[in-house]
Amino acid sequence: MTDTPLAPPRSQWADVWHQFRHHRGAMFGAFVFLFLVAAVYLGPLVWTVDPQFLPRGRDFLDLRDTRPIYVALWDGGAKVSWAHPLGTDNLGRDTLARLMFGGRVSIAVGLTAMVLSVLLGTFIGILAGFFRRLDGPLMRLTDLFLALPLLPLILVASLLFREALAARFGPEGGVFILIVTLIGLTSWMQTARIVRGDVLALKEREFVLAARSIGTTDTRLITRHMLPNILSPILVSATLGIATAIITESALSFLGFGFPPDFPTWGRLLNDGVVRLSSYPERPIWPGILISLTVLSVNYLGDGLRDALDPRIRGR
Amino acid sequence: MLTFAIRRLVLSVPTLLFIALVIFLLLNLAPNDPMAQVPLTIPPEVKQKMREALGIGEALPLQFWKWLVAMFWTEPKVLIDWLTADSLLLGWLPDTALYQGELRVISWQTRSPVMDIVVQRLPQTLWVVGTAYLLAIVIAVPIGIYSAYRQYSWFDQAGTFVSMIGFSIPPFFSGVLVIVIFSVQLGWFPSIYDTTLQVTDWDSFLRQINQMILPVMVLTLQITAQLSRFMRASMLDNLGQDYVRTARAKGLGEPNVVLVHVLRNSMIPVVTVIALGVPNIFGGAIITEQVFKVNGIGQLLITAIEANDLPMVQTLTFVFAVLIVLFNLIADLAYGMLDPRIRYD
Repeated sequence: MTDTPLAPPRSQWADVWHQFRHHRGAMFGAFVFLFLVAAVYLGPLVWTVDPQFLPRGRDFLDLRDTRPIYVALWDGGAKVSWAHPLGTDNLGRDTLARLMFGGRVSIAVGLTAMVLSVLLGTFIGILAGFFRRLDGPLMRLTDLFLALPLLPLILVASLLFREALAARFGPEGGVFILIVTLIGLTSWMQTARIVRGDVLALKEREFVLAARSIGTTDTRLITRHMLPNILSPILVSATLGIATAIITESALSFLGFGFPPDFPTWGRLLNDGVVRLSSYPERPIWPGILISLTVLSVNYLGDGLRDALDPRIRGR
Repeated sequence: MLTFAIRRLVLSVPTLLFIALVIFLLLNLAPNDPMAQVPLTIPPEVKQKMREALGIGEALPLQFWKWLVAMFWTEPKVLIDWLTADSLLLGWLPDTALYQGELRVISWQTRSPVMDIVVQRLPQTLWVVGTAYLLAIVIAVPIGIYSAYRQYSWFDQAGTFVSMIGFSIPPFFSGVLVIVIFSVQLGWFPSIYDTTLQVTDWDSFLRQINQMILPVMVLTLQITAQLSRFMRASMLDNLGQDYVRTARAKGLGEPNVVLVHVLRNSMIPVVTVIALGVPNIFGGAIITEQVFKVNGIGQLLITAIEANDLPMVQTLTFVFAVLIVLFNLIADLAYGMLDPRIRYD
C-alpha cells in the first residue's frame, strides 16, 4: 500500500505567489502601485471637485494660488483652506483633483503603451526566433532601431503628426493615440531580443520535437507550447515597460510636446509648476513625487516578479 | 584586431545611411509647409518660387542625395578649411581652400549654415555631459566593486536602494528638486546656466564650476545609479568563478585578487554598458538643458522643432545618430580589445 499525499502538490503559480509574497521590495512595490492606481481611479468618487472647474469673478481672486494646508504649520499668514488641502493653481483649479486626473492619464498612457510595446516585441521576437529566414532581417531591424536617436525622433514625430491626428480623433484622443503609438513603436526592442533568445533555446527542446512529430502546426506550436514557456520574461519586461512609458510620457509633457495644457498629466503639471517654482515649490514637487513613486514601485514590482518567476532562484 | 576594427567601421556606414533615410522620410512625409509663416500679402506664385528655391517640389531621392552631398562632402571641406586656418591644434598647417562656395544645409530660422550653429552649441553640451559621465564612472566603479565584495552588507543594501531611487526619479524632476533645495532654499548655486561666461581667470573659472554643479549633479545621479548596478552584477558573476579560488589558493593577497584578477574580467561588460549608455545620456541632456537653460544642442533641437525648421531638425537628429553609432563602434572595439574571443567570431 502506498502513502497518499496529504495535500495536493502546489501548482507552479502557487509557488510563484509564495516566492513573490516573501520578496519585501516586490510586496512594497505592488502595494504602492495598487494604492496609486486606486487613488487616481477611485479617488474622484470621494473627492468630487471638478479638476477643470474655473472660478469666476471674486471667487477667482479668493481661490487662486492657495497654498497646501500643511504650509500653515510654519507660515501662519499663508493662504490656506481646508476646501483645497493641496492648494490651487494660478487659475484657482484644485490641485488634488488635478493630480488625480493627471494620474489617470499618465497611468493609462503607461499601461496602453506597455501593452503595445510588449505585443510588438513578442511578435517580432517570436518571428525572429522561430523562422530562421526572418531572423537575420528582423534582428538587423532591431539593431537599427536601437541605434536611432529615440527621444529626438519622438519629439519630431509628436509635433509633425499632431495636427492630422487631432483633426481625426479630437485634441485629447489624437494626442493619446499619438503618444501611445510613439512610445510603443520605440520601446519594443528589448522585449524582442529577450523573446528571440528564449524561443531559439526552446526550439531545440524535446517537447517541441515531440509536438512537431504528432503534426502540430506552427501556429499551434507557438501559441500552445512556446508562449506559456516564455511568459515570465515577457511579464517582467511588461512591468518594467510601464515605468519607461510613464517616464517618456512625462518627459514629453515636460518638454511641452505632450497633452494640451488644459488636459493635465503629471508631467504637464510638473512643467506648469516649474515657472513659479520659488514661490510655490509644492506645484512641481507633488506631481514629481507621484511620478517617481509610481516608477519606483513598478521597478520594485518587476524586480520581485523576476525573482519569483525564475525557478533557479525560487527554491532559495 | 585591425581587420575586426575595419569590419565594424564598414558595417556602420549602411547603418548611418539607413538612419539618415529614416529621419529624412519622417520629416518629408509629414504634412508641413515652411511657407506657412510668411505674410499673406505675398502672392501665391511668388510663394511657389520660394518653395522651389528651398528645393521643396523636387523628387525625394534627389532631395536626399543633395542633403547627403552637403553633409558628407561639403561640410568636411569646411571643417578642414577651418582646422588649417583658425584652430589651435592644426593652425600651423598651410591654409587650404577646399570650400568654394557650394551649397550647404541652411537653417530656415537663421538663414545661416546649420553646421555652424551646431558647432557653436556643441561645446556646452559636451562640457556638461562629459563631466557628468566621467564623474559618474569615477563614483560608480568603486561603489559597484565594494557592494559586490560585501554582498548584502548595509553598504550594499543602501547602494541598491539609492540606485533604485536614482533611476526612478526622472531627470526633469531631480533637476527641479535640486533647484528647489540648492538654489531657492539654500541659494548656493545659480539655477540658470550662463553660457556667455568666458573662462579667462581663476574667478570666472570658479563661477563656471559653480554653475555646472547642479546640471552635472542631476546627470551624474542618473548615470551612477545604472553603472554601479552593472558593476556590482558583473563583479558578483566573477567573484564566484573558479579562477578566483585558484588565485586565492596561490596565496595572492586579497587586494590583488579583487582589484586585478576580478576587476579586469568584470570590466568587459561594464565598458560596453558605459559606451552604450552615452546616447541615453544625450537624451537625458535634452531634458537637463531645458531645466537649467543650457543652450546646448538639445535646447537647439527643441527650439528648431518648435520653429518648424526642418533642415536644422534633420541635421541635429542625424548628429545624435552619428554620436550613437560612434559610441556603439567604440563599445564594439573596446569589447574586442578586452575580450580576445570576440575578435575572431
